[in-house]
Amino acid sequence: MLEHILRRMGFGASPAELAAWSSVPIDTVIDRLLNYESMTTDHDSKIGQPDYVGITTSSGNPFSPNTLINDARQRWLFRMIHSQRPLEEKMALFWHNHFATAYSKLAGAVGQERATRLMDNDPSSLPGSPAGQIQVLRQYATGSFPGMLLEMSKHPAMIYWLDSQLNTRTRPQENFGREIMELFSLGIGNYTEQDVYAAARVFTGFNWQLLGDRASTTDSYYTFQYRAADHDTNAKTFTFAIYPDGGKTIPARAAAAGEQDALDLILALARHPATAQRLAGRLYKFFVNETSDPDQALVNAMANSYLGNNYNIKAVLRTLFQSSQFRSSANFHQRYSWPVEYVVKAIKETGWTGYSVNGAMTPLTNMGQQLYEPPDVNGWATGPEWISTSSMLARMNFSAALAQNQRFNLARDAQPYRQSPERVLDYMLARFPTMGFATASKTAMTDYLRSTAWTGTDTQLQQRIPGLARLIVGSGEYQFN
Amino acid sequence: MSFSRRQFVKGGVTAFTFGFAAPQAICDIAFAQGSAARNIVVVYLSGGNDSLSTVIPYRDPNYTTRRPTIAVPAANVLQIGTDSSGVELGLHPRLTGLKSIFDAGRLAVIQRTGYANQSRSHFTGFDIWGTASVTNTSGTGWLGRYLDSQRMPVDPLVAWNTQRETPRPLMARLVGVPAITSPATYAFSGANTGTEGTYERTAQTRISSHVPVDRPHLAFVNSTTQAALGTLDRVATVAAYRPANTYPNNGFGQALTAVAGAMNKQIGTKVFWVQTGGFDTHATQGVNQGAYFNLMATLGDGLKAFYDDLTAQGLMSSTLVLVYSEFGRRISENGSSGTDHGAGANMMVLGGSVRGGIYGTAPNLSLDPANPTLENNAGDVKYETDFRSVYAKILDSWLGSNSVSVLGADYRAGAPNFL
Repeated sequence: MLEHILRRMGFGASPAELAAWSSVPIDTVIDRLLNYESMTTDHDSKIGQPDYVGITTSSGNPFSPNTLINDARQRWLFRMIHSQRPLEEKMALFWHNHFATAYSKLAGAVGQERATRLMDNDPSSLPGSPAGQIQVLRQYATGSFPGMLLEMSKHPAMIYWLDSQLNTRTRPQENFGREIMELFSLGIGNYTEQDVYAAARVFTGFNWQLLGDRASTTDSYYTFQYRAADHDTNAKTFTFAIYPDGGKTIPARAAAAGEQDALDLILALARHPATAQRLAGRLYKFFVNETSDPDQALVNAMANSYLGNNYNIKAVLRTLFQSSQFRSSANFHQRYSWPVEYVVKAIKETGWTGYSVNGAMTPLTNMGQQLYEPPDVNGWATGPEWISTSSMLARMNFSAALAQNQRFNLARDAQPYRQSPERVLDYMLARFPTMGFATASKTAMTDYLRSTAWTGTDTQLQQRIPGLARLIVGSGEYQFN
Repeated sequence: MSFSRRQFVKGGVTAFTFGFAAPQAICDIAFAQGSAARNIVVVYLSGGNDSLSTVIPYRDPNYTTRRPTIAVPAANVLQIGTDSSGVELGLHPRLTGLKSIFDAGRLAVIQRTGYANQSRSHFTGFDIWGTASVTNTSGTGWLGRYLDSQRMPVDPLVAWNTQRETPRPLMARLVGVPAITSPATYAFSGANTGTEGTYERTAQTRISSHVPVDRPHLAFVNSTTQAALGTLDRVATVAAYRPANTYPNNGFGQALTAVAGAMNKQIGTKVFWVQTGGFDTHATQGVNQGAYFNLMATLGDGLKAFYDDLTAQGLMSSTLVLVYSEFGRRISENGSSGTDHGAGANMMVLGGSVRGGIYGTAPNLSLDPANPTLENNAGDVKYETDFRSVYAKILDSWLGSNSVSVLGADYRAGAPNFL
C-alpha cells in the first residue's frame, strides 16, 4: 500500500525514503503528499552536492537550467528524484502532457536560450523574467483550473506554439481557438466549427513581446502582450452557454477591454460539465487505473468536486486520493509507467551515487518521452502506446546501463544475502517492487544467478547483482506503476 | 484523446503471443514466404497536408484570389496535364522527383479523397483514416486487420513501423508490429559484457516468455519484449545495407533507407509504416521557399531516392507506396500566410506496377456556397472519392486480400483504377 501511494502520488521511493515513511499512517502519508505547500522548495540548492543524483554540464559551461534545455531536463529529473513535493512534479508532468508544448518549435523561432526560459524559467534567475510554462504549471498544479487555462492562453510559450501572435482582427487564425476546446477543456464532440471561428476571434490581440536586455540571448525574456488594436471587438456567438444565465454571445466591447472576452470564454469552458468529466477521467486514468474502464461513480464524484469547489484541482485530487478505489489493491500496477516515471523510479530504487541524470537523456528519447518535447499538441500517447519493441529495448538497455553504473553499491547491498541465489533473489524482489513474478520467471532468475556455479564472492556479486537488477527493472512486470 | 489499445490487448493476446512463441520457426516461415511477395509502404504526412499546394489547380482564378500570399504562380508549377473535368494541374515546383515518376507513368494522383462530414481534428481524423471507420475510431486499424488475416503464426517482422509508437492503422488484434526506428540502434546491451552479457539476454528472454492470458497487459508487454529479442538478429542485417544512390540526410530519408534495406535483405516484411511531419502549416507556408517548400523537398527527394534505389534493384515492381494525410486544409489562406484545418485532399500512389495519372476531379474554388465540390460554405474541399475505396483497391488488387472483410464493408465501387 505505502509503495503504491508513493508511486502514484510521486515517483516511488528510495530504500531510505521508504524506511522513513513506513511508520507514518497511510492517511497521514496521503495528507502530507497532497498538502505539500508547507514542504521545502530548496531542492535546487542540492544540485551538485554529494548524496544526490549528479548532473552533467555541457563542455565548460556552468549549469544553466534556465537557458539550456538539456540542463533544464536534468533539473526537472533531479526534482522528480529529490523534491520534498513529489506530487507537485507529478502534476506538472500531467499538465505538461495536457498543455503539450514543444521546445523545438520555440527554439527554432527564438533560439535555445530564450526558448528554454519560455519552457521552464525560474523567475528568480533573472529580474523581471516570468515563470516558464512548466513553472506556471507547478504553481497551478493543484490550483484553479480556469486560472491555469487563462495563464496558459497568455503564456508566451503557448502564444507561439499555437500561433496566437498571428491571430488578429483582420486575419483570424484558428489554431489556439480550436485546441483550447478540443484538447485543453471540453473535448471533441462538444463544439462546432462555428465555435472554432468564434474562439479564434476571442483571442485576437493576444501576443508576446521581448523584454530585458534584448541584445543578450540570456538576459532577455518574452512576456505576454495584449495588442488592443488587433482585437476583434464584435460580438462572438457560441453554440454553448458562455454565461450562467445561458447567454451564448460574448457582447461587442471596446478593444481596450477585449481581454475580458477570453476571461468569459475560459470561465465558460471551465464550468462546462464536459470539461469536468474530461478532467476527472484523465486524472482517474493517471492516478487510479488505465487498464480497465473507469469507475464511473468515482469519476462522477471527482467531477462534482470540481464543479462544487470553484473548479479547484486539489478538491478533485482530495476526492480521488481519499477514495477506496485509489487504495484498492485491485488498482495496484494498473498503469503503464511513463518513460519519465520509469526512469525516476528505477534511479530511486537502484541508487544514484556517482550517477548523472544526463545518462538518462538519450534513453528517454528512445523510450519515447523527451521532456519539454511532446510529439504534438495532443501530448504523448500513453498507456499501452508507450510499449513497442524499440521502446522496450530502450527500457531494457537503460536498466542495464544504470545497473552497470551502480554495480558496486548493488553488490554491497546484497552481501548479507550472498549465501544462496534464492536469498539474493528475495532481497532484490523486495527492493524492486513489481506486480509479482511467476514461479517460472523466478526460476529463470535464480538460474541466471547460477549461470556458472554460485560462489557469492564479491567478484561474482558485482557481475550478477547488477545483472539481476537489470533483469528485474527491464522485465515486463516492472513496467507497471 | 480517449483511445487506448485496451480492446486489442484484451481481445487478442492469446493468438498474439502465440505468434512470438518460437522465433526460430517463425524465421523459417519468413524466408519461406519469401521476398517475391508484394509489399506496401504507407507514407503518412502528419499534420494535415495542404494538398492544394501539392497538386495545384493553377488556372482556377479563385486559387490566386483566395491565396494571395501563398499561391504558387502558374509559371512555376510542374504541369502534369488536365483532369477529366478539364482542370489544368501542376505539382508543387519542388516536387521535381515526383514529376519524373509521374512522367514515367508510375505516380497516381487521386484528387478529392475523404469522407462525409470530415473531421477537422488531427487526432480524430488520423484515427478515422486509420480504422477506416467514422464511427468506431478506437478499434483496430485497416492494415492491422489485413495483418490479422494472414495465416498464423505470423512472422514478427511481417510489418515494420519506423516510428516509436504504433500508429492506429497498424493496430491489430493478433499481430504486434515491431517499432524499429533505426536498425543500427535496435540492439540489446548488457550490464556485463561478453559471456556474462549473454547470460542476461538468455534470462531476459526466458522471463519475457511468461505471457499469462489472465494478465493481458503484462502478456502484451512481455510479448513485445519477445518480439524485440526475436527479431534483433535479422534487423541487424538490415543495418548493414548501403544503398548505391544517395538518400536525403533527414529522418524521412533514413526511414526509407531502412525500408529499402529490409527489401534488399529479403527479411520478408510486407507492410511498412513511414511518416514525415510538419504539415500543420497554420503560418508562413511560403511559396518559392519556406516551410511548405521544405516539406515538399523532404517528401519529393526522399521518395525519388527510394524509387530510384528500388528500381535499379528490380524491386520497385513489387512495391507500392501510398501517401496520405489526415485532412486537407481550408481553401482560403488565413491571416498568417498559412492555412487552417480543412477537409478533402489528395492521396498519391506510386510504384512500379501502378498505372500512373490523374484520378478524380479537382475542386472548383469558387466561393459560391452552393458549389458542389466544396463544403462548409465553400470553405473546404468536399470529398469525391471515399478514401476507403483506395484502400479497397490496394487490398484487393495489390495485396490479394479481401477488402470487404478487412474494411468491414464494400467500398469497391468508385475505386480509382490505378492498379
